[in-house]
Amino acid sequence: MVGPPSESGPLQRQEVRLAWSLLGPTLAVVALVIILPLLSIFWISFKPVGLEDLRPPTPTAYERMRGDLEAPGDAAAIEYRLRNTSPKFPVSSVTLNDVLPEGLSVADLDPRCELEGRALSCDLGDWEPGYRERLRIDVTADEIFIASGVELRDSEALISGESRSVLLSGEFTTANFVRIFDGSEFWSVLWATSFYTVVGTIGALVVGLMAALILNKDVRGQGFFRGLFLFPYVAPVIAVAFTWVTLFDPFSGSANALLVQMGAVETPINFFGERPLALIMVTVFEIWRYFPLSFLFILARMQSIDSDMYEAAEMDGASPFQQFWALSIPHLLGILSILFLLRFIWTFNKFDDIFLLTGGNAGTRTLTVNVYEQAFAISNIGAGAAVAVVIFACLLAFSVFFFRFLSREEGL
Amino acid sequence: MSRLRAGYVAAPILGALWAMTMAVCAAVGLAFASGAAATPGFLPAAIVGAASGLAVVFAPADWFERMLGKAALAIAAAVLTFVLRLGQPFGIPLEEASLTQVAILAVYAAAISWPLCGILKGYAWNERDRHMFEHAVIRFLTCFGYVVFTALVAIPFYVMVMTSLKSQQALLANPLDFGLDLEKGWELFRSYKELFGQFNFGRYLGISFVVSVATVAITLLFSVPGAYAVARLRFRGRATLSRSILLIYMVPMIVLALPIYIAFSITGLRNSLFGILLIYPVTTIPVALYMLQGYFRGLPVEVEEAGLVDGLKRLGVIIKITLPLSLPALASVSLYVFMIAWNEFLLAFMLLDDPSIFTLTRGVAMLNSSEIPRQHLMAGAVIATVPIMLLFLGLERFMTRGLTAGAVKG
Repeated sequence: MVGPPSESGPLQRQEVRLAWSLLGPTLAVVALVIILPLLSIFWISFKPVGLEDLRPPTPTAYERMRGDLEAPGDAAAIEYRLRNTSPKFPVSSVTLNDVLPEGLSVADLDPRCELEGRALSCDLGDWEPGYRERLRIDVTADEIFIASGVELRDSEALISGESRSVLLSGEFTTANFVRIFDGSEFWSVLWATSFYTVVGTIGALVVGLMAALILNKDVRGQGFFRGLFLFPYVAPVIAVAFTWVTLFDPFSGSANALLVQMGAVETPINFFGERPLALIMVTVFEIWRYFPLSFLFILARMQSIDSDMYEAAEMDGASPFQQFWALSIPHLLGILSILFLLRFIWTFNKFDDIFLLTGGNAGTRTLTVNVYEQAFAISNIGAGAAVAVVIFACLLAFSVFFFRFLSREEGL
Repeated sequence: MSRLRAGYVAAPILGALWAMTMAVCAAVGLAFASGAAATPGFLPAAIVGAASGLAVVFAPADWFERMLGKAALAIAAAVLTFVLRLGQPFGIPLEEASLTQVAILAVYAAAISWPLCGILKGYAWNERDRHMFEHAVIRFLTCFGYVVFTALVAIPFYVMVMTSLKSQQALLANPLDFGLDLEKGWELFRSYKELFGQFNFGRYLGISFVVSVATVAITLLFSVPGAYAVARLRFRGRATLSRSILLIYMVPMIVLALPIYIAFSITGLRNSLFGILLIYPVTTIPVALYMLQGYFRGLPVEVEEAGLVDGLKRLGVIIKITLPLSLPALASVSLYVFMIAWNEFLLAFMLLDDPSIFTLTRGVAMLNSSEIPRQHLMAGAVIATVPIMLLFLGLERFMTRGLTAGAVKG
């Protein structure tokens, strides 16, 4: 075999430059939005971070006048209500700056504050988490203040401090992993994931194979049925998932009404709310929604099998079922195994379907739903990230296996 | 085994199974059409089917080839059903929805006789041939499969459309009744009117369309040059790159959504369409890259080389030769990417909170609350489904090719 010229001539170098300049933007974007988040997931999974920590700790000041200043000589107090918004993290070097209205004389000044003309500046030091204080400045009004009608809040109090977000701090913990691997919950999540992935994948393949077998004949209207069978996959998941929920609703669902009226069951069944039925139902939904894909691939492969072979088999007296087992299945084995591996990974990754159907309740919480559950329902971003790391580790294991296999199968 | 293959055994069994299937279909159809508590009646159906099967194999071969024979068989089946179920062919009094019942009985009887004649074609009562038997079984399974698959796929969509046209009271009163009260006229479309009027769905439709088209444009802009480089140009690391595309394609969205949510929250990109437009193309670029490089590889190199010899630069070759040649592939990829962007739910759900910039899927998710009636939710689902279905039906050829080329993803 003669390979491409290996010496790096000027043309070759030019080609390499062109290749990288064509790929550059794409690689940069993908790295920014896929590689970077993946790395950050590892970082976050070791952090004690909740949903509320995404906002950095900030000091706040709420300013108001205590008492009425109606005539010259009236005394009152300006009150600043100070607060550290974060219940978990300190803020350091807090300073407050404000401009007092004209015509107020300050009677008693807090030792931490200084007044230069009308400019007030306070150095409030470091605040521990959840710090609260009321800072009072006693003032007396004179004619100018009463006459001017100036409001206290006409000049806004500026407060600032230094804080570090927990996302960037040097604090690490393994609590997130301890939490997600803890107890029976982890095993139930693992069971739901395995059942959903294995049964869903095999089910979609088998149903797809059956659909392909039906349509693998030159019947009128084949195109119509092929289009129809693809509907579940093409329609938005949110539309079909809510339709299933409506259809199987225990109170107003048609499926239950049908079963009850035909006498198949006595009382309506809560299809998406009972263990273990809910897990079976979401798996059935997965099969229903994704059989069109395997159907399409298998049909394409079937139609490329040489029909001469079937004619020869027919001549030799092989019956239709024998032809199916001895001819069709061996030819389809390649595409079936590739489909199995790819669909296996994709079913494992599936989130939207279960989230919309059951929200992960009634024993249907798979690993991917658990990411959402931990991060947003329980507001523990760190634990969510830890689950994501587990998912990623599983995927890495799958894909090592996958590429070994695929390289042999397809020469990829 | 050979006794099972005999015509007088196989024909009644297949006939009975087929008639029972049709009975279930007829009962479900009648229930959906009238809301009545129709029952299939398995035993009478089995008897009718078995009798029809026997009639087909015992009669001379050419009897049931003709229209007349089939029609006679259908009439006999209808009469027998009527008698066996004591004047109530679907287990409900004939007075109830009589017209619908009669129509469905006629369809039911025809649906037994026509396919059965096809299934048992050429089968004689004393036939024991294995080929004949297996062909008959395969024809039966094929017909059965057509019916089951069509029902399984069509019923949810039918329920979706019909529920959206009903009122809340009618739905709770009888969830089975999908008959339409045509006298209501335009009032039938009340849910849609309210969605477009009060719930801003016209705007969501527009936003979804713009976002999807923009996603397609940005995706192509990045993936066409990238895919060309991977497919055609020789450079070190090409094989690794080609593989990593497939690998990236397998990272689940929820794993990425979490850090993206955090980053967008911190930078203030959350809750903006700009943020959505930033993130959607990135999720589709690997798919498009994977699909396009496969197509570019399949194009004949000679054409491009001829262009190079004639003095075109590489970029000139790409624009003047490769792209025009790959227009069908570009159409497939565009459609597929459009579909992904249109149907995308997770990111829109997590990143958008402001009802004035919802995409369609996010808008439908908003309707899923106990305060909003079910038919509104279903109407929203229909609004989200119809455009993508029209696109799919109109351009099915491209769509199917797009799906087979890259759609290991789901």
